[in-house]
Amino acid sequence: MSAFPRERSGRHLAFSGWWYRRGRFTASHVLLVLMAVTMLVPFMWMVLASFKPLQEVEQLNPIPSVWRFENYPNVFEQVSFARYYFNSIFIAAWVTFLQCLTSAMAAYAFARLQWRGRDTVFRLYLATLMIPGVVLMIPNYTLMVKLHLLDSYLGLIVPASFSAFGTFLLRQFMLTIPSALDEAAAIDGASPWQIFWDVIMPLSRAGLVTLGIFTFLGNYGSFFWPLILIKSEHLRTLPIGMLYFDTVYGRQTNLIMAASVMNIIPLVILFVAAQRHIVRGVQLGAVKG
Amino acid sequence: MRRQRHERRAALGFLLPNLIGFGVFTAGPVLFSLVISISNWHLHRTVAFQWVALRNFVELLQDRDFWLYSINTAYLMLGIPFAIAGSLLLAIVLSQRLRGIVVYRTLFYLPTFTSGVALMLLWKALYNPEFGALNAVINWWLDSLHLNELVRALGGGGVSAPTWLLSTKNMLGLDVEQIRIIPGQWGLGARDALIIMGIWIAIGGNNMLLYLAGVSNIPPELVEAAQLDGAGRWAIFRNVTWPQLAPTTFFIVVMSFIGGLQGGFEQARVMTLGGPAGTTTTISYYIYTKAFEEFQIGYAAALSWVLFSAIFVITMINWRLGGKELHY
Repeated sequence: MSAFPRERSGRHLAFSGWWYRRGRFTASHVLLVLMAVTMLVPFMWMVLASFKPLQEVEQLNPIPSVWRFENYPNVFEQVSFARYYFNSIFIAAWVTFLQCLTSAMAAYAFARLQWRGRDTVFRLYLATLMIPGVVLMIPNYTLMVKLHLLDSYLGLIVPASFSAFGTFLLRQFMLTIPSALDEAAAIDGASPWQIFWDVIMPLSRAGLVTLGIFTFLGNYGSFFWPLILIKSEHLRTLPIGMLYFDTVYGRQTNLIMAASVMNIIPLVILFVAAQRHIVRGVQLGAVKG
Repeated sequence: MRRQRHERRAALGFLLPNLIGFGVFTAGPVLFSLVISISNWHLHRTVAFQWVALRNFVELLQDRDFWLYSINTAYLMLGIPFAIAGSLLLAIVLSQRLRGIVVYRTLFYLPTFTSGVALMLLWKALYNPEFGALNAVINWWLDSLHLNELVRALGGGGVSAPTWLLSTKNMLGLDVEQIRIIPGQWGLGARDALIIMGIWIAIGGNNMLLYLAGVSNIPPELVEAAQLDGAGRWAIFRNVTWPQLAPTTFFIVVMSFIGGLQGGFEQARVMTLGGPAGTTTTISYYIYTKAFEEFQIGYAAALSWVLFSAIFVITMINWRLGGKELHY
């Protein structure tokens, strides 16, 4: 028997023995609190600055002397911020839906169907993840010019609707579903499409949610592609709108901070709601690189 | 087998949307980009179109900016080891404190989660040398500690807060114009500011989550055995934790290199426009300016292929060096 009995759920507390012996206020505790404060202070400053009058932003007093709640409506008056919100969410939602669908279909072919050359094709597929985005930007831009998709929703949505990463993630997920299930369905005369839609998809829900969150996030914050593709003001997404807002009204730090707060609020809500999925997704996505 | 033949047709159907998408937006463009790179294509056709064979690549090797921006890219990657070490430390500490783990994890992950233009605008405001909060705090400390008087009494020239994003100084004392080190450049400048921001964003992010998973997968027997042998905290880390986490570290290092080599675009566009004096222009931002501000599509495509090759070669070297580490 171990001389140092494990405390609580031993697996996660591999070190608890020697650590807890040192008492409550250990170096680790101090470090954690210090780090948490370092992480939090810039965000706090952002929120507080967004309520300050402009001349107070640069001063050291953390709390605004007058709370200017009108900073927020002011952002909407100066730029079409509501439009940016709508564009970002609209585009990200479409991309998320399409990417989940195409990735799930491909993942099903790679995980559940038997065909010659499957694993070779899959490996080739994965290899495309190595191609840096910058290499694709230039030819894809010229392609969009040719297809007359510059400055359009379609140009933002369609190229982003396919993902090798998503296919990989969902394939890993579908491999864990017992194969007896689709065999039973096949014996009952179900077509591959019916098996995919009625058996595999419902069982892959957790994987789809994870992929959906990552896709939505990635697209909501997407910068490079909309930056080169979008010319008209009414098609700007939040990141692009914020960039030009900063270029034109950059001295009004309080308004910029109000816009930034509004930009990240949906993300914070999403994170708090779906934290479990996100943590698992990060850890799952790296299993095989 | 009948079943195989039957399923092959089904598989093709399921793969079709993705195959078309990849053909049109990945495979096709990659090849097309290679074709563009041997032309002098100018987007607005101010120069007559010509095939120039490898002239773009020759020009690139003689392009002083290309080398300076390569150095910038490498310089910005100096933050990577600090970010990784920080993530590891946080993960180890966090793995011992399950109480409140959700709160801590949320706080640490927040910058990764919200990273993007909003955070960069926040840091741009914080770094502002005249009005920014950071220098307000630094100046307040300098004043209240009478640091300047102390330094002058010791015969120094006085201390002032860095001008951050407006400064070409850097911790290595690199010259702006040429590839050499000059002592007068030593200090904190724009590149260091971006490194600090990058560490702040990344330290509690994906890498920490990966390390957290890695630490919880270490068999407790190993740690207990080491404890029985009387190993101290450092010895346990050195002989148990670190080797057990080698695959995780390897994965993180490979991904960080890939990310770092093609990184720096967004912060350059949002925070510095590549300045001051081009010190924050990375290769990816250089490609952007060549392609979409100067419209030299051919040259930019050649640049992007050089970057691609560099990423490929460095990843292969990483595999060679690190692959061995994996067989414990």
